[in-house]
Amino acid sequence: MSSGGMSLSRLPEISARRRRTDKVMRASLLVGTVIALIPLVLIIYYLIYKGLGTWNKNFFTTDPNGNFFGNHGGIRSAIVGTLEIVCLATLIAVPAGIGVAVWLTEYGKQSWFASLVRYFVDVMTGVPSIVFGLFIYIVLVISHTGGSGFAAWKGALAVTLLMLPIVIRSAEVVLLLVPNNLREAALALGAPRWRVITRVVLPTSLSGLITGSLLAVARGMGETAPLLFTVSTAFVLTGNLNTQMNTLPVQIYNDIKSPEPSIVARAWGAALTLVALVLILNVIARLIARRSRLG
Amino acid sequence: MNPPEATSKEQTGEPTSAVDATPATPVSTPVPVARQPTSSSPVEKAGHAVDVKDLNAYYGGQHAIKNVTIKFPANEVTALIGPSGSGKSTVVRCINRMHEEIPGARAEGSITLDELDIYDPSVDVTAVRRLIGMVFQKPNPFPTMSIFDNVAAGLRLTGTRSKDLKELVHRSLQSVGLWDEVKDRLNEPGIGLSGGQQQRLCIARTVAIEPEVILMDEPASALDPISTLKIEELIDELKERYTIVIVTHNMQQAARVANSTVFMLDGEVIEHDETNKIFTNPSDERTERYVTGKFG
Amino acid sequence: MEASATTVRGDRSVLERSPLGRLPDRLLKWGLTALAVLILLLIAYFFIRLIGESTTSINTFGLSFLFRNDWDASRNIYHGAALVIGTLVTSGIALMIGVPVAVAAALFLTELCPRRARPALGMLVDLLAAVPSVVYGLWGVFVLGPKLEPVERWFANTFSFIPWIGGGASAITPGNYFIAGLILAIMILPIVSAISREVIATVPSENKEAALALGATRWEMIRMAVLPYARPGITGGAMLGLGRAIGETIAVVLVIGDAPTLGHHIFSQGYTLASVIANEFGEAANVKIHASALFEAGLVLFILTLIINVIARWFVNRGARSMRAARGGSAAPGGDVMVAAQAAGVGGAE
Repeated sequence: MSSGGMSLSRLPEISARRRRTDKVMRASLLVGTVIALIPLVLIIYYLIYKGLGTWNKNFFTTDPNGNFFGNHGGIRSAIVGTLEIVCLATLIAVPAGIGVAVWLTEYGKQSWFASLVRYFVDVMTGVPSIVFGLFIYIVLVISHTGGSGFAAWKGALAVTLLMLPIVIRSAEVVLLLVPNNLREAALALGAPRWRVITRVVLPTSLSGLITGSLLAVARGMGETAPLLFTVSTAFVLTGNLNTQMNTLPVQIYNDIKSPEPSIVARAWGAALTLVALVLILNVIARLIARRSRLG
Repeated sequence: MNPPEATSKEQTGEPTSAVDATPATPVSTPVPVARQPTSSSPVEKAGHAVDVKDLNAYYGGQHAIKNVTIKFPANEVTALIGPSGSGKSTVVRCINRMHEEIPGARAEGSITLDELDIYDPSVDVTAVRRLIGMVFQKPNPFPTMSIFDNVAAGLRLTGTRSKDLKELVHRSLQSVGLWDEVKDRLNEPGIGLSGGQQQRLCIARTVAIEPEVILMDEPASALDPISTLKIEELIDELKERYTIVIVTHNMQQAARVANSTVFMLDGEVIEHDETNKIFTNPSDERTERYVTGKFG
Repeated sequence: MEASATTVRGDRSVLERSPLGRLPDRLLKWGLTALAVLILLLIAYFFIRLIGESTTSINTFGLSFLFRNDWDASRNIYHGAALVIGTLVTSGIALMIGVPVAVAAALFLTELCPRRARPALGMLVDLLAAVPSVVYGLWGVFVLGPKLEPVERWFANTFSFIPWIGGGASAITPGNYFIAGLILAIMILPIVSAISREVIATVPSENKEAALALGATRWEMIRMAVLPYARPGITGGAMLGLGRAIGETIAVVLVIGDAPTLGHHIFSQGYTLASVIANEFGEAANVKIHASALFEAGLVLFILTLIINVIARWFVNRGARSMRAARGGSAAPGGDVMVAAQAAGVGGAE
């Protein structure tokens, strides 16, 4: 039948070179992954190491006061300003963004016009945020629209422009996932289209819409460039949206450049605050996404 | 009913005539033709047999293969038949150790190629796979490679020199009957071929590295009847040089190409016998029910 | 049923909805359509206004805005070759460092990583995208820059024979092209990695099995079956990373040293198109020509990122589409790879 005496030596030689290459390359891929993870670890470490020490009651309850010597104040107006501006931006961007997404999935669908809109929204995601800031600067700030130069509401608009494409695209993905037979079932029951949208499509995709919106908000919160050209900055806490306002990113940006070390320390504390807010939003968004996918 | 002719099991290069079976059962087979031996290189290699003993395979907690023992004789075609989920593909994938690529899957038992235990811990799994080739159900030529590169893919792994490549690729393509059809377009993408041609390309890719055993997992199920017939003719030629194991859903196909057939059900071997006998006079009642189409 | 039978008889008007009843539907449809039109109009308006504000500078400096190196605010001369080169150099460094690491991580996560660790590790890499630019800047100025200075010095000394790297050991500044490029590399990691992961996941498993069945080692399988298939998509991802790097303003302006001159080696100060806008914005506010020059820089930036993004998307979708078509239109994974990556929350440049 077969020639006798089969042993291990009959196996074709897998050359040592191939084995070595395989090991080396697999190790490199692992190393690459570790390298990719190191920055995040280092950033968070230093944020905590240098920033946590500045956190105290004063830090969060006083405004920066522009003093060079002595007490520099906290970051209260920055936090509140960021919240005000981001809230305003969210109030505009999320409904508008979801609205456009609804139009894309329910009305525009595959028409040439819808494809055009989709394409441009896609492209908008790659536009640097500084360009949005410049745009609002040209259109609203120079012209002193609304009786003010730099103003919080103008900054909110710039942030809105930034958030819009993100909301639109992520919302569209989620809306497309709603099975068509749900829509058809509702329509067949005699429901008008708008009811199908508000009572069936939107509720079904709610968690996905929330996830996308949260991620957009997290993005909007951290942006500096759009605010620099539209809101500038201030020290005082204010609720007046038609004036300059302080924000966390701009506060940090200005503090970094200061030669005074305790001001720089304040920058670390503010950065830790900002990152904490952003990370919390991100993690919540991802948890919602994961839970809805599994459930 | 005619008594079946005995199929020759010897490695002397004699033509093995396919069995002419006229069963009384509803399973009808087209009359197979006795094949002439191919005039290519005389059989130089001694044949290689695969011995599966007490194989148990698991997908995580699921016990898919239960104490399977099968002898696959050298230079013969053995078919595995059975309903979906009977474990035929799993057995075959254990033979070239592809089963363990699935996360959570494991196999226990003994599988030997001649007397070599391929599950021995000191054995390099990539070496095993070079000796035991596999043709898949859906033709899968590498989409980014040309016809030439596809066939040469396995050869390049072992550093075959480029001047030798041309000759070896030529020989492989010829042995699968594809050379004349593609000799003028060797540099065109492999996926540009028709389904049947792609599958023959994949077979060429497999034989190029000169394995000892070829495993085929439903190789013609995605193809049209004419391509299927071509593949079956090819299998008949290939068994001169290789030991072949073929999984098939098509009982007529098993009857056409296989020397012996194994019927599996729910992860166990129910019956293993000459193909002729399995289809005309099976010993086990379950085998009979399957081959007469009563289930599966 | 009976009641409706009697009312339906002859009286079709009961089946029609009153015009008032149709109103919400009409409103919604036209309202949303108007919104979509608004978006397009907005983008067009963008362009027009930006060009408008740049015309003074365009008319004054013409092409030498891009090709001559002489950016001097005190003389109101704005030739920005140094900016363009600075942008290209920092982005180039970012790609050279960032793309291999991102692709390596993507390959590891999809091909080698144990299943259970995959989502967590993937999320960690993606979280890099969540860190705001200004925080990268802060970290770059006070941690990365100082810590790397001795390394840079060593490099400049050891490799002093290489033109752009060595020879300037004495002139190493804490803010320089290299640090900017390195920070940018970290910032583009998430997007390149996310897109690469999506693309690599679409490689058909049957090709991977074919490679393994031929006796390939794991790495050989990746080289034979995964990388060639994924190459167009990964290229697209890298281009999107490039777009991000080019447009990044805040982190760069903090770590590049802000010198309007062209540095002599990668460890010297420099400038980019984006960072000059942020830096000189204040003083340019009242000087028409200066402001116009900055707007022109913004315009160039805008057009550049648009072009790169368009090409990138074409790459990413081309690879996936041609493979799918060739395989006979078999199971395409849920649509746009780009959107999938975006849904992972990795976004644009600041």
